[in-house]
Amino acid sequence: MVAISKIATGNGHGENSPYFDGWKAYETNPFHPTDRPDGVIQMGLAENQLCFSFVKKWVIEHPEASLCSAQGVNKFKETALFQDYHGMPEFRQAVAKFMGKVRGDRVKFDPERVVMSGGATGAHEMVAFCLADPGEAFLVPTPYYPGFDRDLRWRTGVELVPVVCESSNDFKITRNALETAYEKAKEADLRVKGLLITNPSNPLGTILDRETLKGIVKFINEKNIHLIGDEIYAATVFMEPEFVSISEIIEEVECNRDLIHIVYSLSKDMGFPGFRVGIVYSYNDSVVSCARKMSSFGLVSSQTQHLIASMLSDNDFVDSFIVESKKQLFKRHKYFTWSLSRVGIGSLKSNAGLFIWMDLRKLLKEKTLEAEMDLWRVIINEVKLNVSPGSSFHCNEPGWFRVCFANMDDHTMEVALLRIRTFMLKHNEAMVPQKLCRRSSLKLSLSRRRDGFMSPSIMSPHTPLPQSPLVRART
Amino acid sequence: MAIEIEKPSVGLSKVAVSETHGEDSPYFAGWKAYDENPYNESSNPSGVIQMGLAENQVSFDLLEKYLEEHSEASSWGKGAPGFRENALFQDYHGLKSFRQAMANFMEQIRGGRARFDPDRIVLTAGATAANELLTFILADPGDALLVPTPYYPGFDRDLRWRTGVKIVPIHCDSSNNFQVTPEAMEAAYRCAESMNLKVRGILITNPSNPLGATIQRTVLEQILDFATNKNIHLVSDEIYSGSTFSSSEFISIAEVLETRGYKDSERVHIVYSLSKDLGLPGFRVGTIYSYNDKVVTTARRMSSFTLISSQTQHLLACMLSNKEFSENYIKTNRERLTRRYDMIINGLKTAGIECLKGNAGLFCWMNLSPLLEEPTRESELALWKVILNEVRLNISPGSSCHCSEPGWFRVCFANMSEQTLEVALKRIHKLMEQRRRRN
Repeated sequence: MVAISKIATGNGHGENSPYFDGWKAYETNPFHPTDRPDGVIQMGLAENQLCFSFVKKWVIEHPEASLCSAQGVNKFKETALFQDYHGMPEFRQAVAKFMGKVRGDRVKFDPERVVMSGGATGAHEMVAFCLADPGEAFLVPTPYYPGFDRDLRWRTGVELVPVVCESSNDFKITRNALETAYEKAKEADLRVKGLLITNPSNPLGTILDRETLKGIVKFINEKNIHLIGDEIYAATVFMEPEFVSISEIIEEVECNRDLIHIVYSLSKDMGFPGFRVGIVYSYNDSVVSCARKMSSFGLVSSQTQHLIASMLSDNDFVDSFIVESKKQLFKRHKYFTWSLSRVGIGSLKSNAGLFIWMDLRKLLKEKTLEAEMDLWRVIINEVKLNVSPGSSFHCNEPGWFRVCFANMDDHTMEVALLRIRTFMLKHNEAMVPQKLCRRSSLKLSLSRRRDGFMSPSIMSPHTPLPQSPLVRART
Repeated sequence: MAIEIEKPSVGLSKVAVSETHGEDSPYFAGWKAYDENPYNESSNPSGVIQMGLAENQVSFDLLEKYLEEHSEASSWGKGAPGFRENALFQDYHGLKSFRQAMANFMEQIRGGRARFDPDRIVLTAGATAANELLTFILADPGDALLVPTPYYPGFDRDLRWRTGVKIVPIHCDSSNNFQVTPEAMEAAYRCAESMNLKVRGILITNPSNPLGATIQRTVLEQILDFATNKNIHLVSDEIYSGSTFSSSEFISIAEVLETRGYKDSERVHIVYSLSKDLGLPGFRVGTIYSYNDKVVTTARRMSSFTLISSQTQHLLACMLSNKEFSENYIKTNRERLTRRYDMIINGLKTAGIECLKGNAGLFCWMNLSPLLEEPTRESELALWKVILNEVRLNISPGSSCHCSEPGWFRVCFANMSEQTLEVALKRIHKLMEQRRRRN
């Protein structure tokens, strides 16, 4: 038998994590409204599917953006030949402009600093290769996206040291937590090269406030380490408070800009994960230069650069898309969290992202990882929802689950909520409030059908589902 | 007045500061000269003609015609019903229809003499990514891969830069048309051992870049035997397989394995791409075909860092599963490349320049050793500078391809119009005449 490398034989690919077990359950029995109404509903995938009709309309109205159309084929040859790792100038300009608009034009981005990568997955790995040697470390606040374990460590040999955040203060990143992590790394003989923050946060769905951001910038300058800001969810901030980007903070406080790097992508904000549009934006010239060379290993298809350049340079489209996307996310988030609260399920207060950080601590038999895993298995196998257990995000406290809400249509959402309600009723009858939940300021017109929700006889997924209460709401 | 205190800049990684990205090689210096003064038939007729870029521009009309006739299918259909699904598709298995189309295309190129299973195809963003990815899987940092010289300069970066793997050259020379021999392979292996390097594999390019020639069956057998003997991997980069001038002359390692009943095949891996055969380098379409299950699974997982845009997978799935189109393309592309090759070889011959007998690729391997002051690398580079600055042709010096024999140059002929090629040949004639007069 001919041997393969250590990297290949190890577990660095991360697929043995429970994060993926739920996917397997989903894949063997995926929900379909007519073909498989009892199937598992995928709520573990942070996709943004709420604005496709909007984008599709643009695509149909702009055939020249496609190289395949009669209007676009004249650009085919030059595009097909274009493999320059600088990327198409129009593409970089459009991306830089988009990034600015997403931040309310409070900052400008320089197209010359936009470097392509194979999705944000490729971007993170590329940044790790540029900033750290094998055996060196990045600090990462918990809970964090499970993919980081693979993206930052697998082929690079870089280590991750968690900055432990607690639910007691809504998982804020405190100076104390940063210092503790830094010391821990030192004790383990790990040289810390940088701090990676995801803002807006995955899985929390929250944004970092100005003070925290300033504190972080101060911290990294003092320790002279890099700051990588993953702002992949920047355009998903659907309500106040307003998003504050790293790019804005460094205009306000003293900072060595050579330490600042932003990772971005169109996978979440636009809902285009298939197009593999990853971006590394660095304020450090050497990093830009190095990353650009490395981007040869993960360039964005010029066909896609052409489409995106066209789409994102259409100011009217971009402006209305950003507004529409926020509107849809807000609506979905509000309805979802409200429906959950009606059956006594709370979640971390959030204003961004494609998911909520659901609090099921009180459903745990004990405050342990095993209890969380048990509950999770019940949710997958009995409730038939694939949600992501907090432990897969390295959350230090059991009982939290990330639940995605933007990757399905309204009907599927209703089915999911119905299943949750059934489950909660079965296990915690006392939890269901007798009166309307006061959280919402909406006045709902009551009807007998509302009581019908709770009656077991109407719980079968085959029954026509009740209309969304929001439809009848009067603010 | 504030005093500027210099803050020590926090270091980047060793990988970042190393020069293994290879851009300081003359291979790239010529590009700079071209970028600063590019030839244009009308606006800059005395500019530098780019003959250092192995691009295939001879068959674009065939692709454009396909697109014009099938615009809806290859885009997202009328009313774009497939847009959403396509934009969401990020499964690292890749679009099944695309893998199927690639497998069929690879079979067609080999005249049906080898079969390819779509489930063994792993997709990457270009052959650049494929070669790096395979290296990460087959070798540990500090290990070595054996590569016959002369070889594609990009390998220095692709195989070594971020992987930490080393390349030990298998020296080939003109005495036998630069063919790999068992003796040369053994010598390279011993050389690696003497440097305390663990050899993990041998990487061949077939058809060869920069030689522009296919590897003979007997040599392929010897290479496979050598790999089996030493229990190491064999990577066959077959990126130019569709650019052979005659279908029958190219023997793929896949055919050799087929003849052997696929015995002991899990050490063999094939790299392919559409950058050369289809002339689509911008679309970043690379593939790894491995006969080793563990390699397929691992490569697939690693491809997350470098997936092919689903938009591009969709377009090419449509195009390549159209049998009429693909068969006609392969045939016509071959004919045109052959014509181009004949044109340049005859043109050079008339100027008194010999080339290695080639039968594939987008370039010829030109012998200018008679023109060298001395048979040294320095002389070769001096001549190269003359050709770049005075004759104004960017061609690639053999030393940038690690050729052990000075005086050879790779000259690309498929990335320009026939008119431009004529201009280039005229300039070469002039140079040779000047040299003759001087002597």
